[in-house]
Amino acid sequence: MTAPLLSLRGISKRYGEIRANQAVDLDVAPRSIHAILGENGAGKSTLMKLIYGVETPDSGEMLWEGAPLTLASPAAARRQGIGMVFQHFSLFETLTVIENIRLVVPGRTAALTARIGELGAEFGLEVDPYAHVHELSVGERQRVEIIRCLMTDPKLLILDEPTSVLPPQSVAKLFDTLQRLRDGGVSVLFISHKLEEIRAICDRATILRAGKVTGHIIPREHDAHDLARMMIGHDMPEPPPMTPAQPGETMLELIGLTYTPDDPFGMPLRDLALSLKAGEILGIAGISGNGQAELSELISGEIRLPFDDREQVQMMGEPAGHLGPADRRKLGFAFVPEDRLGRGAVPGMSLARNSLLTAHPQGLVRHGLIALAEAADFTRRCIADHDVRTSGVEAEAGGLSGGNLQKFIVGREMMLAPKLFFLAQPTWGVDIGAATTIRQKLVALRNEGVAILVISEEIDELFDICDRIQVLSHGRLSPSLETRRTRPEDIGRYMIGAGAAT
Amino acid sequence: MIALQFILSGMLAAATPFLLAALGELVSERTGVLNLGVEGVMALGAAIAFIIVYHGGGHVLAFAGAGLAGLLLSLLFAFATLGLQANQVAAGLAIGILGQGLSALFGKTYESLTVKGLPKLAIPGLSDLPVFGGLFVQDSVVWLSLAATLAIWATFAFTKTGLLLRAVGENPKAAHSIGYPVNAIRVAAVAFGGLMSGFAGAYAATVYTPLWADGMIAGRGWIALALVVFGTWLTARIFLGACLFGAVSLAGLAAQAGGVELPSQLLASLPYLVTIIVLGVISSNRRLLKLNGVASLGEPFKP
Repeated sequence: MTAPLLSLRGISKRYGEIRANQAVDLDVAPRSIHAILGENGAGKSTLMKLIYGVETPDSGEMLWEGAPLTLASPAAARRQGIGMVFQHFSLFETLTVIENIRLVVPGRTAALTARIGELGAEFGLEVDPYAHVHELSVGERQRVEIIRCLMTDPKLLILDEPTSVLPPQSVAKLFDTLQRLRDGGVSVLFISHKLEEIRAICDRATILRAGKVTGHIIPREHDAHDLARMMIGHDMPEPPPMTPAQPGETMLELIGLTYTPDDPFGMPLRDLALSLKAGEILGIAGISGNGQAELSELISGEIRLPFDDREQVQMMGEPAGHLGPADRRKLGFAFVPEDRLGRGAVPGMSLARNSLLTAHPQGLVRHGLIALAEAADFTRRCIADHDVRTSGVEAEAGGLSGGNLQKFIVGREMMLAPKLFFLAQPTWGVDIGAATTIRQKLVALRNEGVAILVISEEIDELFDICDRIQVLSHGRLSPSLETRRTRPEDIGRYMIGAGAAT
Repeated sequence: MIALQFILSGMLAAATPFLLAALGELVSERTGVLNLGVEGVMALGAAIAFIIVYHGGGHVLAFAGAGLAGLLLSLLFAFATLGLQANQVAAGLAIGILGQGLSALFGKTYESLTVKGLPKLAIPGLSDLPVFGGLFVQDSVVWLSLAATLAIWATFAFTKTGLLLRAVGENPKAAHSIGYPVNAIRVAAVAFGGLMSGFAGAYAATVYTPLWADGMIAGRGWIALALVVFGTWLTARIFLGACLFGAVSLAGLAAQAGGVELPSQLLASLPYLVTIIVLGVISSNRRLLKLNGVASLGEPFKP
């Protein structure tokens, strides 16, 4: 191997009790695409923050082109030639593309515009320099971020979970861009937890588990099982077996649902139609920002329709568009929002108190007073039945790991015995073990005859558990696609808005 | 017609204290810092300026002194909110009360004394126009304030500095991650706000009504704060709002002089009402408010 561009030797970082990185070694070769593979919480993001100067390591040393490197700030990293594209972009929404770039790159507007055009053509990163960022799709925003990095002529480009926000077709385009960059002399550090992607594009991979390196490998020489074992310690869990659906009565129906949000950054919904029967799981695929937030709030009741439009949302056969969340729950509706901390649970409260938030009609309140014993009992059952790993009912919700808190919230809602169960991004930021548990529970619930609606960005997840899939793109909903007769590429076509044409 | 001439000739001068303070606050809020101490900073600036002019220091020195005092008081606010991460609302109110207290203390022995204001400068030609001529006969501070308005508008519209100020206010985390010193930029913006508020106080006490009375700022700082919000953080709207306020207060005086039978309290409250209604209607467009608003306003940033 040629002399590495970047070397880490024994890098450690801890946050309080959590050892995010322990004695990590890493060598990134020049002109290579190097993967950092690991589960949620394995310490990938911490490691990238250390390399990009956002955080400083507690111990260990970094070498850059053979010379020792200490980074006080991201600006220092950029001066060395290290650029980073964040998972949650660091763009300014109210500014235009060119304004965003001018903040980082010196030069006159005309010259910068020309350079944006050149880079766009060279690396397949076309974008309108005068568009406002809030008007751009997520894929376009990512291109802006990459261009902004490239304009500082980096030698190393770090990408944090870059494909998690992209439809499959855009992933192919991104990979093409990354390969062209490598051939142009830039090394890429590619962070991901998706095994196939890493096998498809990366020259080398470093695998992290619980903050420690568990392997340095050449991904093409290993299959997905090997990678999974290094990443999570055992094989990937099998998806839950699906018996043929036995649809019952219609539990949720959207009839021409149309809604324009007040928020200028929101996405208007146009004429959505769907129908969900008892004993079915319907998945809504698509990238967040295409109306997912609006649809989710319209179904949960956080946004109410005017009384005259109430028929556009039907629950258990009744018009429900005008009802608030509490009235919808009375009809037999339960809901797990996408943000666990703040909407699904109150971080600073105990689990027992968090049970009360939605389970209070289950005899947890008597004469307007909290029935403490019942609340604790309910919580204990939830913890036991749903494999929530915690110290007990008095544990603070905010102190649980993402996966355990999500299992708790899903469990709490399941214990309400809903007829219609709605989950938004049920496994976002959840470790693979917890995600598998949640999916199995959902399939079991479906087999018992509950109607389940799932909004998710993870296409694989939808293929594992859904009977049917509809795609939400640009505020419009595709026709219903039967999962067994659909390929991920078909979903992808609808995601980029080309589905109707083919 | 005489009333109209009266309003046109006096409008800009009446608007100047609001305009100066609101422009300063605009810059500060654009970076995400809400400084509610404007009223107190203006009061301190007013007292310092009055004392300097009274003892023969002249207006240039008076404005310099008032601006410096405003700047220092605002740096105290910046130290509390940006250095120690104190709550901006509470710290702003405290700084405001401190400023008013210092103003009363320094001004105590000058109560009811007067000084000489500034001469008016006419623009040759334009000042001879019928009806509108009075608009072009103003003191030097008014002309400088108009220049400052233009400069601040151009800064936000065309320069990288303006871009940076907006960026820090919209998404301080992103600004930090691309390598800008967020809190240093905010301190500079707050200091600029204090400087402008000091000037505003100086104008009110030594040019507009060159007479010292305790509490003479009389809520102008609060109106300036309201102008920034109702003007949806846009320089041109803040300028128009300030002019409107000035014009309506003069209209009230003209109406009284013209013998309109209305309670004086009602006339005195008229400018506040009209400004709030007009700017309220303008800013009722939530879309515009969100597009121009400052996303991180009032939120501390810890890198």
